[in-house]
Amino acid sequence: MADLVEPIVSRQSPRFRFLLERREVLGAVFVAPAILYVFLLVGLPFLLAVYYSVSAYTIYDPSWRFVGLANFRQIVQNPVFLETLGNTFLFTFASQLLGLVLGKFGALLLLRPFPGRKFVRALIILPWAVPIALASIAWEWMFDSLYSVINWTLVALGIIDRAQAPNWLGNPHLAMLCVIVVNAWRFFPFAIVIFLAGITAVPPDVIDAATVDGAGFWRRNYQIIMPMILPIVAIGLIFGVVFTFTDLSVVYLLTNGGPVGATSVLAFQGFQVGIVSGDVSHGAAISLFMLPVLLVLVIGVLRFIRRREI
Amino acid sequence: MRRFVGGVLREVPFYGAVAFFVVLTAFPFYWMAITSFKSNSDLYNLTNVPFWFNEPPTLEHFQYLFEQTLFARWLLNSLIIGTCVVVITLLAALPAGYSLARLTGRGGETLGIGIFLTYLVPPTLLFLPLSRIVANLGLQNSMWSLVLVYPTFTIPFCTWLLMGFFKAMPIEIEEAAIVDGCSRFGAFIKMVIPLSLPAILTAVIFTFTLTLQEFVYALTFISSAAQKPVTLGVATDLIRGDIFFWGEIMAGALIASVPVAIAYNSFLDRFIEGITGGAVK
Repeated sequence: MADLVEPIVSRQSPRFRFLLERREVLGAVFVAPAILYVFLLVGLPFLLAVYYSVSAYTIYDPSWRFVGLANFRQIVQNPVFLETLGNTFLFTFASQLLGLVLGKFGALLLLRPFPGRKFVRALIILPWAVPIALASIAWEWMFDSLYSVINWTLVALGIIDRAQAPNWLGNPHLAMLCVIVVNAWRFFPFAIVIFLAGITAVPPDVIDAATVDGAGFWRRNYQIIMPMILPIVAIGLIFGVVFTFTDLSVVYLLTNGGPVGATSVLAFQGFQVGIVSGDVSHGAAISLFMLPVLLVLVIGVLRFIRRREI
Repeated sequence: MRRFVGGVLREVPFYGAVAFFVVLTAFPFYWMAITSFKSNSDLYNLTNVPFWFNEPPTLEHFQYLFEQTLFARWLLNSLIIGTCVVVITLLAALPAGYSLARLTGRGGETLGIGIFLTYLVPPTLLFLPLSRIVANLGLQNSMWSLVLVYPTFTIPFCTWLLMGFFKAMPIEIEEAAIVDGCSRFGAFIKMVIPLSLPAILTAVIFTFTLTLQEFVYALTFISSAAQKPVTLGVATDLIRGDIFFWGEIMAGALIASVPVAIAYNSFLDRFIEGITGGAVK
C-alpha cells in the first residue's frame, strides 16, 4: 500500500497536488471525518428515535409498524407521565436557580485576591470536575436513612431528635429537595467559572471609567458588568439547563425515581420504559418530549452566538 | 492596634463566606475519603463522632476492592476506552478544527456552530436508537460500544475547543511555510500541529475526563460486570443485594475521582479559554 502511494506523492502529480492545495478542497477533506461521524451516530440515531416514537417497536417485537401519534396519546393520558413532566421542570428550574445564585455569589468572592485563592478555587471546582455518578453516591451515603452525617450533625446540635430524624431519600418532598440540591451543587462551580471568565473579560478601563463617574459597587455590578457578561452567562445557563433537563444519573443513583415516582424525570422515565422494560417506542416518545425545550434553548444559543459576532 | 482588629473583623464575613463555599463543595469528598479509610466498626457506630477517626484508619476497604471485586478490571477498561476515544477524537477533531478555523471561511463558521450544537444533543435522547445500533453491530454488553459512541460528544467538543485555539494562532506561521514551498497539508502537519501541542494536550485531557464522567451510555449499553468502566462499576456493582459496602464504594469513588479532579484543575483555564474563545473570536 505504502509503495503504491509513495511515488504518486513524491512525483507530486500536478492534479493531486493542485486539488489539495485548494483551500476549499483541503478544508472539506479535513472536516469530513468529523461531520461523517456525527452524522452517522447523532443525526441518524436522532431520526431513528423520531421514527421509533411513531412505531410499535419493542425489543421483543421489533416491528416497524407505523402507529402515528398513538404512543404520544397514550403517554399524555397517563397521570404518572404528567407528574414526571412537572417534576422535570421543577427539578431543572429550581436547581439552575439555586446554582446561579450560588455561582454569582461564589464568583464575587473569588474575584478578590486573597491568600490561598488558587487552592480555594481548586476545591470549589471539584463538584463539577468529579464524575457526577461518583459524587452522587457520596451524597447517597450522606443521605443514608440510618447513618446520614447530616442527621447526625442535626441531632448533635440538638436541632432534631434522633427518633424524628428525616429520611431524606424516603420522603417524596425531601427526595425532590435532595436531587435538586445535588444538581445545583454539581452545577454552581460551572456557573462560578463562567461568571469569572465573563467578568475578567470586561476591560478594566470600562470599570475604572464608571468608578470615576461615581458608580458604586452595585451599580458597577448590575448596570455595567452584568449587561456586558450577559451573553457568556446566557450560554453557560443554556448548557446548565440542557444538561440538567436531560440528565438521569443523579435521579437514577440517588432515588431511582422514587419514592413512588416523586423524583421521576423525563430522561429517567424514558430509560425505565425504553431500556429497562424494553418498550422502545414509548420510551422514545417520552424522550422526545424533551425536544421542544431543547429546540428553544438551541435557538437561544444561536441568537447569542450571532449577536456576538456582529 | 484598633485599626488592625477592625480590619480583621471586617474580613470575617468574607472569609466566613469563603469557608462556607469550601465546606459546601469539598465536604462530600472529605466524607468520601474518610469513609474509605475507616474500619467498619467505626463507620456503623452511631455513637461515634463521624467527622474523624475513632479507630485507627485502615486500608481494608482498598484491599477488598482490589482483591475481591473487579475494580482493577474496571480501571483498565476505563483506561482502554479513554485511550481509544482520545485517538479517534484527535484524528477527527484536529483536522476539523483547523479546517473550520482556517480553510472554510464563512461557511465554516456556520458548520462549526452546527457541530458544536450536536454537543447539546443529550444522550438521553439518543440512547434508545444507539442501543439498538450497538446491538445490531454485536457490541451490546461490550466496552467497545462505548469506544464507538463516546466520540459523538468528544468530537464536537474538541473540534470547537481546537477551532478556538487555531483561530487565536498567528496565520503568518503557515503562510511563511507555504511561501517556503510547503504544501498546505505539509504546513498543517509540520508547523501547525507541533505549535499547537498545548491545545492538543488540553483536548486529550478533556476527552479523557469526559469519557470517565459519562454515565448514561455506559449504564444503557453494559450490564456484564467485567465490561464496565470504573464510574459505572463503582456506582452500580459494589452493592450486593440491598447491602451497600460503603467503605469499598467510597474507596473506589475516591480512586476514580482524584485523577479527574487533578486533571480538571490543571487545565481549567485553557478549557474556559477554549469554550469562550471559540465563540468570541
